[in-house]
Amino acid sequence: MARDEVKSRRDFLSKAAMVAGGLFISAGASPFASLLYATERKSKTGPWYGMGIDLEKCIGCGRCADACKTENNVPREPFFFRTWVEQYTILNDGTVHVESPNGGIDGFSQKFPDEEIFKSFFVPKMCNHCAKSPCTQVCPVGATFTSPEGLSLVDPTYCLGCRYCVQACPYGCRYIHPVTHVVDKCTMCYHRITKGLLPACVEVCPKHAKIFGDLNDPKSELVKFMKDHSWQVLKPHMNTEPKVFYNQLRAEVR
Amino acid sequence: MQHLYEMLSKVDGYIYPNEIELNWSILIVLYPFITGLVAGAFILASLERVFKVKVLKPTYTIALLTALSFMMVATLPLISHLAQPQRFYEIMITPHLTSAMAIFGFVYLWYLMVVLLLEIWLDYRRDIVLWSQEKTGVMKRVYKILTLGVTDLSESTVKWDDKLGYFITIIGIPSAFLLHGYVGFIFGSVKANPWWSTVLMPVIFLFSAMVSGIALVMIVFMVVNYIRKQVIDMACLNEIAKYLLIALILDFALEGLDQVHRIYEAEESFNILDILVKGKLTYTLFLFQWFLGMIVPMVTLATLQFVKNRNKLKKRLYMMTGILVLCGIFFMRWNVVVGGQLFSKSFYGFTTFKLHLIGSEGIMMAALWLILPCTILAFLFWLLPPWKRHEV
Repeated sequence: MARDEVKSRRDFLSKAAMVAGGLFISAGASPFASLLYATERKSKTGPWYGMGIDLEKCIGCGRCADACKTENNVPREPFFFRTWVEQYTILNDGTVHVESPNGGIDGFSQKFPDEEIFKSFFVPKMCNHCAKSPCTQVCPVGATFTSPEGLSLVDPTYCLGCRYCVQACPYGCRYIHPVTHVVDKCTMCYHRITKGLLPACVEVCPKHAKIFGDLNDPKSELVKFMKDHSWQVLKPHMNTEPKVFYNQLRAEVR
Repeated sequence: MQHLYEMLSKVDGYIYPNEIELNWSILIVLYPFITGLVAGAFILASLERVFKVKVLKPTYTIALLTALSFMMVATLPLISHLAQPQRFYEIMITPHLTSAMAIFGFVYLWYLMVVLLLEIWLDYRRDIVLWSQEKTGVMKRVYKILTLGVTDLSESTVKWDDKLGYFITIIGIPSAFLLHGYVGFIFGSVKANPWWSTVLMPVIFLFSAMVSGIALVMIVFMVVNYIRKQVIDMACLNEIAKYLLIALILDFALEGLDQVHRIYEAEESFNILDILVKGKLTYTLFLFQWFLGMIVPMVTLATLQFVKNRNKLKKRLYMMTGILVLCGIFFMRWNVVVGGQLFSKSFYGFTTFKLHLIGSEGIMMAALWLILPCTILAFLFWLLPPWKRHEV
């Protein structure tokens, strides 16, 4: 009798240890899984937002950068941008010149004479809301996160201001806000798109060079744009899976 | 904001507009520098304890106390650098496990609480108990508190202290590797930055940590003996110098391999890095880090291996070498942290950097974070004098 008791107690202990061990391993497995997959894969249901940019249409007016600053209270100084426009000038000798005075808000001038220019074009830049965003990966407290719609957002009440995300972004899309002292970046105008409006930069573009849309919706304008054009993303070798798709993107653009 | 306009006029080529100001400045240079000193000093201590290099015995406690003093300050430059320093504890409460930075608090606490404090306490426990009996007044109470109520000095207990201390040192070695290898990983894993992103970064950081930690303990050992007007144990000093030379050679080989690999592969980023190294980093990299911080000390120490006697000359050269090595490793951290932010991630241009004397990211602030651990070390030497310990 006494021996049975001992046995059953031992049984209980071994079972309890198994359960505890299982829990421990599964608790450990989940963070490891997230280490392997830097961000969650794209949602199958609901919207998964992205942006198309047609470089053939962009005239470098800079209204997108201007509207973004107004809409999102981005400081007016020329060191803080959620979106900006770059002017690329490729000369006949192959040299590449890039400029973005005040992010293109005040417009551009061409300092090279026409006969020296091989090609010149404008490239609007913004956060790529990468599906595998390195900025989200490196945030030590999770203040930068990916929204269910696939957008890389920042919780300003939580950000430490350590700037690791600024270092990790290959596209230079983040800055420390001089007033709030936390990191700031493009939200794809989350406050507007969740109300059915377009992002400010898309709204004001006079040439319709920016196409906002849902990648999960086969009928969206963005999906149509991607079907009709041979698009490319910035720095594909980084394997960040950007969701800003450029038509007519040249290799010189970085 | 005025300084940003000034910087704007000094931008060379094209940089992304958000890249004008360096995000990590001298305080983040200090962070790997200080943690490196800790890891290196500890590894020197473990040479005596675990690997039984008995001739290093006089440096054992000095090395441990040095490691502790710098460890206590290691997080302060980081916290004072945050734009929201009052939120620093969030990293411990809600660590984001995909972040290379998130675990730092835990690695730090493990190393400080489990390895350093425990090992020093176990090593000193017998002395602390005896001091608590010998001293009077406030100091008696202080030592009494430091005993943590464990006043048993029976032979078996003291033996256990030693065994446990030995065990902790064994755990401490991989922990020291982890601590500083991890700091290297924080930089080495940033794929957006080709100057940082190398798999060798943790290993280079580790060996440079050993170099700087050994050099620091060597200097502290000499200074302590000088102040106490004691004749220095030359056999011990020569041995430290020998290990410093070995660490320097390994570090040099690793850094050399990294650069050769970079030059031979010559990836997309090579052109901009080439301009960076030959331009903005000329002095800090070629002169301070490699020539004065590495080659001169290596040649000096190697030559001294063949010099017999002439202790006065040796001491002077060891001191000079130690200082050069410390400066060299500081500039190594500088070249990594600051150098990695001077070029644009567009690879089309450079921003500029000017170090200010005052301000939260200034020289004075950095000096404070270097003077503070030295003050703590002086205090620890006063509280726990390694030269007033009781013979077993």
